[in-house]
Amino acid sequence: MFARGLKRKSAEDGEDVEGGLAGAQAMPSYSLQRQSLLDMSLVKLQLCHMLVEPNLCRSVLIANTVRQIQEEMAQDGTWRVVAPQAAGRAPLDRLVSTDILCRSVREQEGERPAPDVGDGHTPDLVLGPATVPSAQALRSPQSSLWEVDSSRENRGGFQKSLDQIFETLENKTSGSVEELFADVDSSYYDLDAVLTGMVGSTQSGHGSGLQAFSSATAPPPSSSCRSDLGELDHAVEILVET
Amino acid sequence: MAGAGGGGCPAGGNDLQWCFSQVKGAIDEDVAEADIISTVEFNYSGDLLATGDKGGRVVIFQREQENKSRPHSRGEYNVYSTFQSHEPEFDYLKSLEIEEKINKIRWLPQQNAAHFLLSTNDKTIKLWKISERDKRAEGYNLKDEDGRLRDPFRITALRVPILKPMDLMVEASPRRIFANAHTYHINSISVNSDHETYLSADDLRINLWHLEITDRSFNIVDIKPVNMEELTEVITAAEFHPHQCNVFVYSSSKGTVRLCDMRSSALCDRHSKFFEEPEDPSSRSFFSEIISSISDVKFSHSGRYMMTRDYLSVKVWDLNMESRPVETHQVHEYLRSKLCSLYENDCIFDKFECCWSGSDSAIMTGSYNNFFRMFDRNTRRDVTLEASRENSKPRASLKPRKVCTGGKRKKDEISVDSLDFNKKILHTAWHPAENIIAVAATNNLYIFQDKVN
Repeated sequence: MFARGLKRKSAEDGEDVEGGLAGAQAMPSYSLQRQSLLDMSLVKLQLCHMLVEPNLCRSVLIANTVRQIQEEMAQDGTWRVVAPQAAGRAPLDRLVSTDILCRSVREQEGERPAPDVGDGHTPDLVLGPATVPSAQALRSPQSSLWEVDSSRENRGGFQKSLDQIFETLENKTSGSVEELFADVDSSYYDLDAVLTGMVGSTQSGHGSGLQAFSSATAPPPSSSCRSDLGELDHAVEILVET
Repeated sequence: MAGAGGGGCPAGGNDLQWCFSQVKGAIDEDVAEADIISTVEFNYSGDLLATGDKGGRVVIFQREQENKSRPHSRGEYNVYSTFQSHEPEFDYLKSLEIEEKINKIRWLPQQNAAHFLLSTNDKTIKLWKISERDKRAEGYNLKDEDGRLRDPFRITALRVPILKPMDLMVEASPRRIFANAHTYHINSISVNSDHETYLSADDLRINLWHLEITDRSFNIVDIKPVNMEELTEVITAAEFHPHQCNVFVYSSSKGTVRLCDMRSSALCDRHSKFFEEPEDPSSRSFFSEIISSISDVKFSHSGRYMMTRDYLSVKVWDLNMESRPVETHQVHEYLRSKLCSLYENDCIFDKFECCWSGSDSAIMTGSYNNFFRMFDRNTRRDVTLEASRENSKPRASLKPRKVCTGGKRKKDEISVDSLDFNKKILHTAWHPAENIIAVAATNNLYIFQDKVN
């Protein structure tokens, strides 16, 4: 179900040398990979180019991927609220989704499990690093990508619930994944109403269209993508003079 | 169809032997973002070749007349005109920049001495007239030769101005500006076979324009849901049928193509034909939808077939059969196991274009590492070639390239992990009548020709 991840042959840490050998034998588990893909996708949706409008096709495809993962996880029953086994904090500057996909299993055992999402420690990252299943779950080199060893995963893995993730998103943004488009699009929609009125009309119609727009109580164009970055929020506020 | 590009192609038959002809663009390792070529298009005769770049400029090359003393060498393409088509803009309502990048150029059929083309960025389409001036009028009555106005009281006689030859000057002037009709980013423009209308498509809508009228356009497709939260599919490309002026197709991010007939209704939300290949359940993954997204759709010159490009393959469809394509060609199947990494670095969202040869016997599309692929539909052979400065000796034959997918790497093969994903060939064009191709490799334009036998 999951495409095989590529082991990046990086010579950054000494860990890699050792980890590479073990990694060659055991792939990250399916559930872990799926979680990482979800995290990566959510981050991608948040990190939009601020100056230029985000590519709508790309956003739609990523959102569809997120939905797909969510649906599958809901079916699996792997969405549960789990008490985080916070033994420490993973470095915040690493997107652990990348780590988990591209580093070896052996390294992951050595990593600290992820901190609680809502601890407010990560103002810049939407999500904390992806959770790491327990060592027990990982020590199964035979678990292939194509079979979900659900019993072992459920016992060993602790994964954030859908609610927790969306709660995080709501703190930063103003809605769930579904509402990402609503937020991004609120200004589109209003402009759209103006433009559909303008299509078919002559230049003189512009005036009435713009008046209609300004009278609508449209929120400032604050796409969910932006609210991560405090400075840009501030800049937007200045621009719309709120 | 597996790559069978090893070794040299035998002479004769339908096999083409591609040779380097020219390369345009800077050689610097440091590529300026503005110089990245974003579209390439031959005109109807093939004498003109237009490129657009991220900086909003259009460069037109013209093919020189063949040299009689060297009958075996084809005419070269040299710069004919350069102009700034689009400028960056700022949308004050949304507080966003509008890129000046030229997304598409489409030529109009030539009707007089001047040439016309449509160029578009994300929001605005412009009709440009490119004309030559090789004569200058001299002997005006009211002006001096240097343009200064003459004192009317000093004029004692009238004369008729005389046309004198001057150095050839090529002028580009914007004749029409089609603006304010697209909320979303324009991805396609297509001139109709009636030569009077054209369509422009953005992520959610397609508009029909008359070339003479800029303040009005007709919306012919609208897939925007009432509730944007329900948006799951966007339009990725659209094109008019080459002969039937009422027929057009548009492709989607879900890997489907809809053929619409404008005679059936004003708003073509209901398709006449729906092309979709059923998914192969054995290869399903979380990336299935993304790689099925169609990045380009092109009708064959004959109008009988159309071709779609998705991330890993090119498919040829018979317009009379909606259930599945008649041909599927793998472009770089070795990337299937790397989809996760390609998703991470966003390469999975790269939009590759594709094109037909003039006779529809071959199709071409780009790949990574400055590789591009050609498929001969008659012989069923395919070849991988590379656009690089190393292979740029005049009239040097291009050596087929091969990607090693696993196991022992043979000499001259390149392994998948060594591919440079920053060197992507997204835009290619094939001369409408001859075997001349233009390949855009980042900021360089390569022109290759078939070796004349």
